[in-house]
Amino acid sequence: MSEHSEHNENNTEGEYHEQHHVVSPALYAMILLALLCATALTCGMSYIDLGEWHITQGVTLFWNPVVALAIACTKMSLVVLFFMHIKYSRRLTKLTVLSGLFIFLTLIGMTLTDYMSRAWGRW
Amino acid sequence: MSDSTAIANGTAAEKHHEHPPYQRHHFESVDQQFDATNFAMWLFLLTEIMFFGGLFMAYLLMRNWYYPAFVEASHQLSIFWGTANTTVLIISSFTMAMSVWSAQMRRKGLLLVFLGLTFVLGLGFLGIKGIEWHEKWVKHHVPGIHNFSDASFLNPASDPEVYKEYHDKPLSPAMASKTEMYFFLYFAMTGMHALHMVIGIGLLIYIFIRAKTGAYTNGHYTFVENFGLYWHFVDIIWIFLYPLLYLISRY
Repeated sequence: MSEHSEHNENNTEGEYHEQHHVVSPALYAMILLALLCATALTCGMSYIDLGEWHITQGVTLFWNPVVALAIACTKMSLVVLFFMHIKYSRRLTKLTVLSGLFIFLTLIGMTLTDYMSRAWGRW
Repeated sequence: MSDSTAIANGTAAEKHHEHPPYQRHHFESVDQQFDATNFAMWLFLLTEIMFFGGLFMAYLLMRNWYYPAFVEASHQLSIFWGTANTTVLIISSFTMAMSVWSAQMRRKGLLLVFLGLTFVLGLGFLGIKGIEWHEKWVKHHVPGIHNFSDASFLNPASDPEVYKEYHDKPLSPAMASKTEMYFFLYFAMTGMHALHMVIGIGLLIYIFIRAKTGAYTNGHYTFVENFGLYWHFVDIIWIFLYPLLYLISRY
């Protein structure tokens, strides 16, 4: 990625060299295929009872939504990395995307701590 | 670049930057202009994550509180149409990515073809969404209006189409009334997503008309690239809506 993210200091004027990575149609087609397979997989998995994990009294983890979200996150990563060119983007853009996800998860997490702690032990 | 031309360019740059017509005067280079616009687009998408994030948070909480109501209400959604729509939208993301590629390659004909395909697939998505919403209207499953009916959940056998597949047990009146919350979130989330699709399709028409004049095949494809980011973002929202709304518990 270094050759794409490095800003050419000596070339701020004069000729402009094409620095943006062009993703090939073959790769786009492969990503499309992977996304369609993942869609079929997540649809099929929802018809199977994947069971649950009783962590402690009143706290149970159901595997079906975990798997469904894991597949959705994989699909999101493929779209972001290849369709949205983040794999080939500058470090600033990568950091922007990650910070967005981080803040989103932080807000969800902190909201949940509130809801969980209010009825502590009375789930 | 030889020394003499470097000096010549240097003196010219003092008076006026040499740059292509599509480069705004306050940018050092086309590259810098592209990065600035691209960065701004991502910042906008972050605000969009926060915007949809509130809906996802509400969904998470309500689903945990009223899980039985969410299961039975989600059985009312059609797996066929939901999966078809996911496929349509994913393919439209592919054609959008190919539009960006065509613009990068400066191939106007291909760009128009792929923009057109993206437009048609986007409309197809909204059409299918319309069929699904209409069914909710017919079955009185639109929340917040006087004729909302939870009969399908108080007495699942009264809804033979769904009952023969899932054999849902009757819900208590208190829980059955919470299905309205599921349908509220369903309409809010898919509605907000559809609004983004409508805006996207409107922008696609604009881009198509401009692309016909060769506006994006002269090396300046920033607008197509950034619109692509928006389109893919809307696709990602649907990638999460599909398992959350349609696939809650189908076994």
